[in-house]
Amino acid sequence: MSTRLATGGRFTDRGKQIGFTFNGRRFTGFEGDTLASALLAGDQLLVGRSFKYHRPRGIVASGAEEPNALVGLGQGARFEPDQRATTTELFDGLVAESQNHWPSLAFDVGEINAKLARFLPAGFYYKTFLWPRSFWKYVYEPVIRQSAGLGKAPHPEVRDADRYEHFHAHTDVLIVGGGVAGLQAARNAAHAGVQVLLMEQAAHWGGRAPVDGGTIEELAPEAWVAQTVAELEAMDNVRLRLRCMGAGVYDHGYALGYERVTDHRPGAQGPRHRLWRIRAKQIVSATGAIERPLSFAGNDVPGVMLASAVRDYVVNYGVAPGDRTVVVTNNDDAYRTAILLKQSGLDVPAILDARPMGGGALMQEARDLGIRVEPARGISKVLGGARVTGVAICDQAGGGSMLEEIACDAVAMSGGWSPVVHLWSHCGGKLTWDADGAFFRPDPSRAPTGADGKPFVIAAGSANGHLGLQEALACADGAGKAAIEAMGCGFEESPVPKAESTAEAPLLPVWLMPQGARADLRMKAFLDYQNDVKVSDVQLAAREGYESVEHAKRYTTLGMATDQGKLSNINGLAILSDALGAPIPQTGTTTSRPPYTPISFGAIAGEARDAVFQPLRRTPMQDWHEANNAAWEIVGQWRRPYCYPRPGESRHAAVNREISATRESLGLLDASTLGKILVKGPDAGRFLDMMYTNMMSTLPVGKCRYGLMCNENGFLMDDGVVVRLSEDSWLCHTTSGGADHVHAHMEDWLQCEWWDWKVYTANLTEQYAQIAVVGPNARKLLEKLGGMDVSKEAMPFMTWADGRLADTPVRVYRISFSGELSYEIAVPANRGRAFWGKLLEAGAEWNITPYGTEALHVMRAEKGFIMIGDESDGTVIPQDLGLHWAISKKKEDFLGKRAQQRPDMARDGRWQLVGLETLDGSVLPDGAYAIAAGKNANGQRNTQGRVTSTYFSPTLNKGIAMGLVEHGPDRMGEVLSFTAETQDETRDELTTVEAKIVSPVFFDPKGEKQDV
Amino acid sequence: MSDVMAPMAGARSEGLISIEALPPQGQISLRCEVSDDYRAKLGELLGLGIPEPLSAVEEGDRALLWMAHDELLLLLPYDAVPEMLARLNTTFEGWFIAITDVSDARAQFRLSGPHLRDVLSKVTPADISPDAFTPGMVRRSRLAQVAAGYWLRSASEAQVFVFRSVADYAFQVLSLAAGPGGEVHHHTREAISEQDASSHV
Amino acid sequence: MLILHCPCCGVDAAEIELAPGGEAHLKREGPGSSDAALETYLFTRDNPRGVVLERWRHAYGCGKWFLAARDSVTMEVYGTYAAQTHAPPQEIVDRITARHPGWAEAL
Repeated sequence: MSTRLATGGRFTDRGKQIGFTFNGRRFTGFEGDTLASALLAGDQLLVGRSFKYHRPRGIVASGAEEPNALVGLGQGARFEPDQRATTTELFDGLVAESQNHWPSLAFDVGEINAKLARFLPAGFYYKTFLWPRSFWKYVYEPVIRQSAGLGKAPHPEVRDADRYEHFHAHTDVLIVGGGVAGLQAARNAAHAGVQVLLMEQAAHWGGRAPVDGGTIEELAPEAWVAQTVAELEAMDNVRLRLRCMGAGVYDHGYALGYERVTDHRPGAQGPRHRLWRIRAKQIVSATGAIERPLSFAGNDVPGVMLASAVRDYVVNYGVAPGDRTVVVTNNDDAYRTAILLKQSGLDVPAILDARPMGGGALMQEARDLGIRVEPARGISKVLGGARVTGVAICDQAGGGSMLEEIACDAVAMSGGWSPVVHLWSHCGGKLTWDADGAFFRPDPSRAPTGADGKPFVIAAGSANGHLGLQEALACADGAGKAAIEAMGCGFEESPVPKAESTAEAPLLPVWLMPQGARADLRMKAFLDYQNDVKVSDVQLAAREGYESVEHAKRYTTLGMATDQGKLSNINGLAILSDALGAPIPQTGTTTSRPPYTPISFGAIAGEARDAVFQPLRRTPMQDWHEANNAAWEIVGQWRRPYCYPRPGESRHAAVNREISATRESLGLLDASTLGKILVKGPDAGRFLDMMYTNMMSTLPVGKCRYGLMCNENGFLMDDGVVVRLSEDSWLCHTTSGGADHVHAHMEDWLQCEWWDWKVYTANLTEQYAQIAVVGPNARKLLEKLGGMDVSKEAMPFMTWADGRLADTPVRVYRISFSGELSYEIAVPANRGRAFWGKLLEAGAEWNITPYGTEALHVMRAEKGFIMIGDESDGTVIPQDLGLHWAISKKKEDFLGKRAQQRPDMARDGRWQLVGLETLDGSVLPDGAYAIAAGKNANGQRNTQGRVTSTYFSPTLNKGIAMGLVEHGPDRMGEVLSFTAETQDETRDELTTVEAKIVSPVFFDPKGEKQDV
Repeated sequence: MSDVMAPMAGARSEGLISIEALPPQGQISLRCEVSDDYRAKLGELLGLGIPEPLSAVEEGDRALLWMAHDELLLLLPYDAVPEMLARLNTTFEGWFIAITDVSDARAQFRLSGPHLRDVLSKVTPADISPDAFTPGMVRRSRLAQVAAGYWLRSASEAQVFVFRSVADYAFQVLSLAAGPGGEVHHHTREAISEQDASSHV
Repeated sequence: MLILHCPCCGVDAAEIELAPGGEAHLKREGPGSSDAALETYLFTRDNPRGVVLERWRHAYGCGKWFLAARDSVTMEVYGTYAAQTHAPPQEIVDRITARHPGWAEAL
């Protein structure tokens, strides 16, 4: 059984017991354990069910490469699926549950899939669910939804209780990986005086070296690591981060680090995860290597583990995954596991070495300890279902005939090592096949290149294919120096630390065990545990013509999802290349994508959630709106009051009340969101003549003019009132959503086209609070406030004046978007809230009524004024809207003029603006189309117009609408049929509504009310 | 003055750093060529030097910030703005320049404390490290999702400005970034917490 | 995630400080131009696999537009330069030509 040993455990503190539960059962572990080591200590081998066949699965690895031990962690607002037990540090009260099982982990109905395994081959989904179509909805989809997916998403109503953040770091050298290679590279870079950031995904420095043994500078690796970390910590230019994974490498030296700040101490203050957004001049990838499984039948039975992982659990946690462990290998390194187990007092019944002659010095050492070594042998199949009970051994060279059964409760396997090339590959680094090591390693001649066209990623240590301790240190030493050189810095010559470790005999590539495994064995030999891909699946894919490695990957799902090829890649490729009869380097390899292992959505979102999910812009009067029960309309990032319902009042009733009060007496609108752009300079008039379709250069000082702005395509882009402030300055009002865009548009033309014109712009949108005082009593209110002459004579319609009102400096514009007597008053924004209050107080005698955007919309529609975004949609030219009067015919040029001469813009029969009135007084549906006779080429009904704005007018007590209709202005009085959808409990059908074409100006067509 | 209300007036939060919304601040935008003749005239009028690119000059309650190669921002007491505007307009009568009062357009915050650089690095992609961003420098960049300007006034104090409409957003984001337990110790290493120290090797 | 040096303020700006503006050095076609010339101006873009000359605005920084010569495949930046030009400066052309012989002639 899997147990805690009497002694040992580099990371664990046996004085500190920690309680946790797994599937409701109570376990104890020690401080320093991972969830995986504590489960193994409690003999919990079975940790989950596989994705497709629901086969029982146990812990295979000890780190980020673990494919099986993915658990649901935490509860309620802290529940998270798919957490890796091998990288989850144990804490008191941890609650974990296994995934992908129903009804229980031990008894799983889905296991039937395993019995049906031969009916679930590669590409099963593609093949099976094509036909019949109706089966999708009622049969396939429900079944797949029930059984597919890894883990359960948190309940949609549950809010994540933790907070997350980003951190932008700039460094000269980023080193990913805190093993001996990363430390040595950091040391060299640091001594050159540059800024160094060293990140390690685990909670400890040193990587594998302290487990694997040997000496560095005559010190045990652990002591050398401690000494080197202390040396680095003492340096001011070095930053060290534990629990921080290098997640991805991107263009121009951008890298992401994923720091797990409080995962190991839940409930602690501070962010749970921090996403490091790093800009590095050079990146050293010292990410180590990952041991490969061997492909033999039953290699997924719980109790079969990587040989290095078995060693890790013994050394780091004092946990033995088995009492009797068979070691199976194609290389010398796995002997270290056998020797360690034996020395720890555990039984090693046999070492099966696939190599005909076995290994070197380590084999001898094992034999000297009395361990039985069987060269040229392999595993035919693993015995046992929910856990290993033994192995059947066979000749590696044969088809799998059993020679002997050996009883055991664990199998430690090693198929050799593969460098972790992920970060190298993320940004385009290419790989080369290393025949000696039987792995892909970074090709230094095809490194990822940066902004200067030169390489910016350097692989170091075993990540670069240098597996031996001395070789890894030498490589890392060179990498540190190379990073310095690449930055044009010098470094001190220093010797490579001298390391010693037992020499190893060459490995023998073994891609299938035994070499000629029978079909029934191949169907149980797993390549990708996580995605349940077997040797037979890849062979089938090859037979079916998926010869490209990228196609085979997608067809079989090999190496997809969180694995990203960590365990499965080389073994799968080797099987594919064998099936294709092509060497591995020619077969090629798939590309691993960031992140290296999954990172949390919280980390990606950072602080952007809840109240600061996005910026919400506030006007100076926003507090008042909030306090007065405003209903909101979203306008870009602004929230503008839609209306102000009184207690018990519906929105519709509030809108009607606001309109009537304004038309009959006095209304007040917060118009601060309108864009206000100052355009100044000797060429400002000429510039505005290009920006607007109208002539702005001739606007007299003191006057206002409504203007239209088109893009170079001729389409209407924005509109607003332009004000001539002085001889050389204009103020351009834009739509609320358009201020930033219009300002950028102006700057674009000034900087990039007419750069010799003397014009400056300034976006003054936020400098002013702007308030529209609207209605027949507007003038009386301003006169009551006092301070300037606002009479018709002093300030006629479409003029402006500076002055003071109620002791506040103001600029008053006599413009109207409602058809009423109206003053728009701009005050410095800091005074906006106070001035708004003064208007409300003084206006009480006229029942002053603040109104929202809906009342504004209705009143402008009653007057036939267009609204950008309603009447225009990016395909409408001003001529379509009957705005010919605003398009200067005298000007040779303006933006969009040439495009408006294109045949389609000038053609007869474009849809043009009209008013629409239903025959029954009802409100037309928004966006409804007017039906025409016949059908188009697609068999759809022809149309001849559509509704662009539609409202109930309380002023006229009926529905009014504006729309674009083919030849509309020539068809006054004609009745059109518009489609309408009627939807209630009993019906969901298309009906038609009849509406008459009328003038778009429904109210006060002569404009007598506004010009008083 | 009671009518005058700066955005977030009085708002203050204490965390890894102190964040304080400043009272109304006079701000005048000057868009002009920063050539010798303009420099001379401006220097004479303001009694201030002209800042180098990406920096500010400061004298008493006035400062001049470099915003772009044709844009400067003059900071002065709020009440001193009308008079200064008049003087500027007179001095530059007939010159090609845009002088605008933007005192109410931006919100200003004072950020201070030893974790200043670490907190700023949580919200801006600009390089805030001591080598790259030294006292006296001005950098316009992002503050999370909005545009912001950063003026580093000393090693542990910065003045940050954003458009007034997003003052509330900026204040909340900064306060979150300065929340308890969020120490990073990247720019200032002295206090490596015991938690981290115990887990080495 | 590019970094482009803003020639207007001297900052090395991360891509999230910038706003892209499409192909550089387009010649505006106004009234009097042919339909074909207008079409080219408004719609026809080379979008090459390789060297691109682009417009960028330092939107979150100094607010200025500048131009960048960049490789759309390798992301190599040959240089950034003032928007107030009709062609890239010679030193940038030289850098491009060093990588892509004959590039200048093919323009």
